Amino acid sequence: MKIRHLALAASVAVAGLASALVPAVAQAQAKEQFFPVLVYRTGAYAPNGVPWANGFVDYIKLTNARGGINGVKISFEECETGYATDRGVECYERLKGKNGGATMFQPLSTGITFALTEKAPADKIPLITSGYGRSESQDGGVFKWNFPIAGTYWVAGDIIVQDIAKKEGGMDKLKGKHIALVYHDSPFGKEAIPIMQERAAMLGYKLTLLPVTHPGVEQKSTWLQIRRDRPDYVVNWGWGVMNSTLVKEAQATGYPREKIYGVWWAGAEPDVKDIGEGAKGYNAITMQHGAEPNAAFVKEILAKVHDKGQGTGPKDEVGSVLYVRGAMSAMFAVEGVRRAQERFGKGKVMTGEQVRWGLENLDLTQAKLDSLGFKGVMRPVSTSCQDHMGANWGRIHTWDGKKWNFTSDWYQADEQIIKPMVKAAADKYAAEKKINRRTPQDCQS
Amino acid sequence: MAFFLETLFGGLMAGMLYSLVALGFVLIFKASGVFNFAQGAMVLVAALAMARFSEWFPMWFGFENMFLANLLAFAAATVFMFLLAWLIERLVLRHLVNQEGVTLLMATLGITYFIDGFGQTIFGSDIYKIDVGMPKEPIFVLDSIFEGGVLVNQEDVVAAVIAALLVAALSLFFQKTATGRALRAVADDHQAAQSIGIPLNRIWVIVWCVAGITALVAGIIWGSKLGVQFSLTTVALRALPVIILGGLTSVPGAIIGGLIIGVGEKLSEVYLGPLVGGGIEIWFAYMLALVFLLFRPQGLFGEKIIDRV
Amino acid sequence: MFYRENGQFKTSYRADQQIFPITQDRIAILAIVAFAAVGVPLLVDEYLYRAILIPFLILSLAALGVNILVGYCGQISLGSGAFMAVGAYMAYNTYIRVDGMPLIVALLSGGFFATLVGMVFGIPSLRVKGLYLAVATLAAQFFCDWAFLRVGWFTNNNASGSVSVSDLTVLGWTINTPMDKYLFCLGFLVVFGLLAKNLVRSAIGREWMAIRDMDVAAAVIGIRPMYAKLSAFAVSSFIVGVAGALWGFIHLGSWEPAAFSIDRSFQLLFMVIIGGMGSIMGSFFGAGFIVVLPIFLNQVLPAVGELFGVTISTATVSHAEYMVFGSLIVWFLIVEPHGLAKLWSVGKQKLRLWPFPH
Repeated sequence: MKIRHLALAASVAVAGLASALVPAVAQAQAKEQFFPVLVYRTGAYAPNGVPWANGFVDYIKLTNARGGINGVKISFEECETGYATDRGVECYERLKGKNGGATMFQPLSTGITFALTEKAPADKIPLITSGYGRSESQDGGVFKWNFPIAGTYWVAGDIIVQDIAKKEGGMDKLKGKHIALVYHDSPFGKEAIPIMQERAAMLGYKLTLLPVTHPGVEQKSTWLQIRRDRPDYVVNWGWGVMNSTLVKEAQATGYPREKIYGVWWAGAEPDVKDIGEGAKGYNAITMQHGAEPNAAFVKEILAKVHDKGQGTGPKDEVGSVLYVRGAMSAMFAVEGVRRAQERFGKGKVMTGEQVRWGLENLDLTQAKLDSLGFKGVMRPVSTSCQDHMGANWGRIHTWDGKKWNFTSDWYQADEQIIKPMVKAAADKYAAEKKINRRTPQDCQS
Repeated sequence: MAFFLETLFGGLMAGMLYSLVALGFVLIFKASGVFNFAQGAMVLVAALAMARFSEWFPMWFGFENMFLANLLAFAAATVFMFLLAWLIERLVLRHLVNQEGVTLLMATLGITYFIDGFGQTIFGSDIYKIDVGMPKEPIFVLDSIFEGGVLVNQEDVVAAVIAALLVAALSLFFQKTATGRALRAVADDHQAAQSIGIPLNRIWVIVWCVAGITALVAGIIWGSKLGVQFSLTTVALRALPVIILGGLTSVPGAIIGGLIIGVGEKLSEVYLGPLVGGGIEIWFAYMLALVFLLFRPQGLFGEKIIDRV
Repeated sequence: MFYRENGQFKTSYRADQQIFPITQDRIAILAIVAFAAVGVPLLVDEYLYRAILIPFLILSLAALGVNILVGYCGQISLGSGAFMAVGAYMAYNTYIRVDGMPLIVALLSGGFFATLVGMVFGIPSLRVKGLYLAVATLAAQFFCDWAFLRVGWFTNNNASGSVSVSDLTVLGWTINTPMDKYLFCLGFLVVFGLLAKNLVRSAIGREWMAIRDMDVAAAVIGIRPMYAKLSAFAVSSFIVGVAGALWGFIHLGSWEPAAFSIDRSFQLLFMVIIGGMGSIMGSFFGAGFIVVLPIFLNQVLPAVGELFGVTISTATVSHAEYMVFGSLIVWFLIVEPHGLAKLWSVGKQKLRLWPFPH
């Protein structure tokens, strides 16, 4: 290489290094509440990650259009994680101190949640993990900074079993039945196993565990086994491409789709849209909401955000299942900030610690939810020091070939079963990490 | 017994699908000595092109006929893959002539990253549908002998037939046409081929084009089965044991290797899997290939590696 | 003018065989290590530690290990991610299950178990060569991926399969701030770097290079291929295993098997190829390049876009990152197939002549 090329390469390298090392120009003053948005718009899980992200960001824009949180506007920045833990951690490190400090983090990945659960307490930033993350993080006495608001995996598993029991004619009719759990071979998928095993022990059904390796496009052997064993029901604990592959394989082996139940991350439009009629009858549990094209807040977003050309993502996605979930997750964060402001100063920017208190003392009554535009979509959510989940309701919806329709009443997860499991797992975590349960005084602070 | 037959059929079908992808690897390695790690990405981008064009053409030109849309999309995707092949040869391969195998391997890995990003930028990262009219419902055969019959996946059977036709076409191409002979000459010895006047650069473009078409067919079949999305690139990793078992330089090796790996995978997962908790088929395929390699280090049908001291 | 060894006379064989025979080199290396140990902690902020420096240190250690196997011994291995995983999980198990286990011993034990696994999966190299071996080592990768997900013992029978460590102390020094972690990793890197450099200059290193260049001829002159190849696998896996343990314990804190997937193996191989195969210095260059590049692109691309008044979505930035990454790899391989280390040595050669033209 000539000297010229060498010099050019060296200068480019130095420039590159310099730009990576120079910290980003600090924003003016922290007059805005900063929401980091960890998303995945690329990779094997993008089809499901994109609508969630669009819903999340659109709700933030809606809140700003409504006048912010008591006048405080929200600034946000997206960071692409690609569902990879190390990229999620890098995004966390980059955004946690930006713009006056991150308000909260919502990783949308159980793997990243596990990693951040270790880091967030030290940095004093709460983690909201609505419908995913560690199921035992419901126990706020041990997990001070984790908030799985409105649902955890054990709640989902329990409600699925309840609905299956209802279909069979009662809990006692499940004895001797055979349920197969097809799960994504990752911490996310494995979270299903404890609750399904617990219920199997209680109700006497046979449980077969069938892991599917990431990303889940190869399920032929799984369905060969299902053909051989002919379970009465199949529970799908998948994410991303694994879901549509599962339903396609079910169609290819002739397994009745009415007997398949998906977790709430396996029951959305991207999973069944291109199969259409072939997926008719596929059931999934919902985390209270389903596809809500007629909800008040959806109409508001269309009017105040999309019609002004500010919409993130296509218009026909607004109101779809994962979009609503993203919006709901953003809503919890916003309400957490609002609650914190009630104690620490209305109209001021809240720190992570203050927002943590707000999330721990959320009291979203039906009236409040209706005023936010969630009438008919959600039930009241009320968190406390010991219970960071706040609500444990769900419904079942079914795909009819064109859209999702609710096909059940409201179910509530059986706390008699879940609470001891949560406490045992939380105690185990506390013993491992050598942390003590929070004292009542700590709960009051 | 019926279930064993089902597993066997399923394995054979899956194996044919793997060999479709493996064919692309073998073609390029045979003719240019490059182990094309980008084959998986090529399958994906070909499938994406097909899926999106078949969606866009009816919109742009305003017609409804699905068959016409698919035909035009196939043609457009072929042109796209040819362009890609030409660009790769022009920008990458030409400058890396005579480099070591590892360097070329890494270059194709770099191309993989580029194609991944490029394909998704143009065509998007959602799950897209390819609808070429493949039958989706299963059929049951032999129900006179076995109660309930043996389940056969129609889509897989069609895919296997297409794969067989493709292999036949490729064999004819290599044996009977002048270009095919030139390709085989280049595979034998680059310098000798050059010395008798065969234009190396053009041959490489042709090879990558043929591999591109193979990738397109594989992409359409896999895409029709699973939907077209980024995770299709992982299919290439499933095809690697096929290549090393069959031999990097052998087209029949790719087919036979595919069948062996397919059957081995499914049988192991269904019969051995439950004993150890499941999920073993990926590494079992590699272990199987490894065992074969210990007896024949160049694969079943590969060329013997001759080292001269 | 400055980089000359005029006047530096060696008066003993020992002095002649020293690791950095030119005084300027020795001073430079000592200065760099001193700057890394003392200067850097005074200058950098937390984000730089966490996002760039600590990953750089740990991944250069891993790249060092891979370079020994791929660059010095010529055995292409795509299973390095698996060896990192073995290192991490076995270190975790040793740490958790044995009361009062010192941290360094736990990390080294991770390396030890990785050695065993590496040697087992290195056995095919005695029979299989080249690209076939590369694909065969993928068997190690996928097997380990599966084992750590399925076998509960490795993850302390954790329901979710994810493990975490905390409260790391070495002789009373608690490692919790980023600076502590950085210095800890730096210590490991310096020690292992020195070990590796001396190993490749020794008889065993020359045996490896002979196997790489022409293994049949090497066997003819009396080098035992089995011994050489398996020792390369052993040493390489040890270093990679320790790097994996560091990655899990120090950088991630909490990990699942997907952290050591095939993408990690490819990343390490990239580092070795870009940095320069068969060169210790090259491992560092390659690791630096691969660690900084995505972050650099992530910052620069939106900035460039804003210059042109275009807001780029994170998805497009991510795709563009891939495209630029891929093109840069290809460009590098075209322009300098022997990697950054070759550029460095060319630069040093020019420096010896400077300011004279020849």
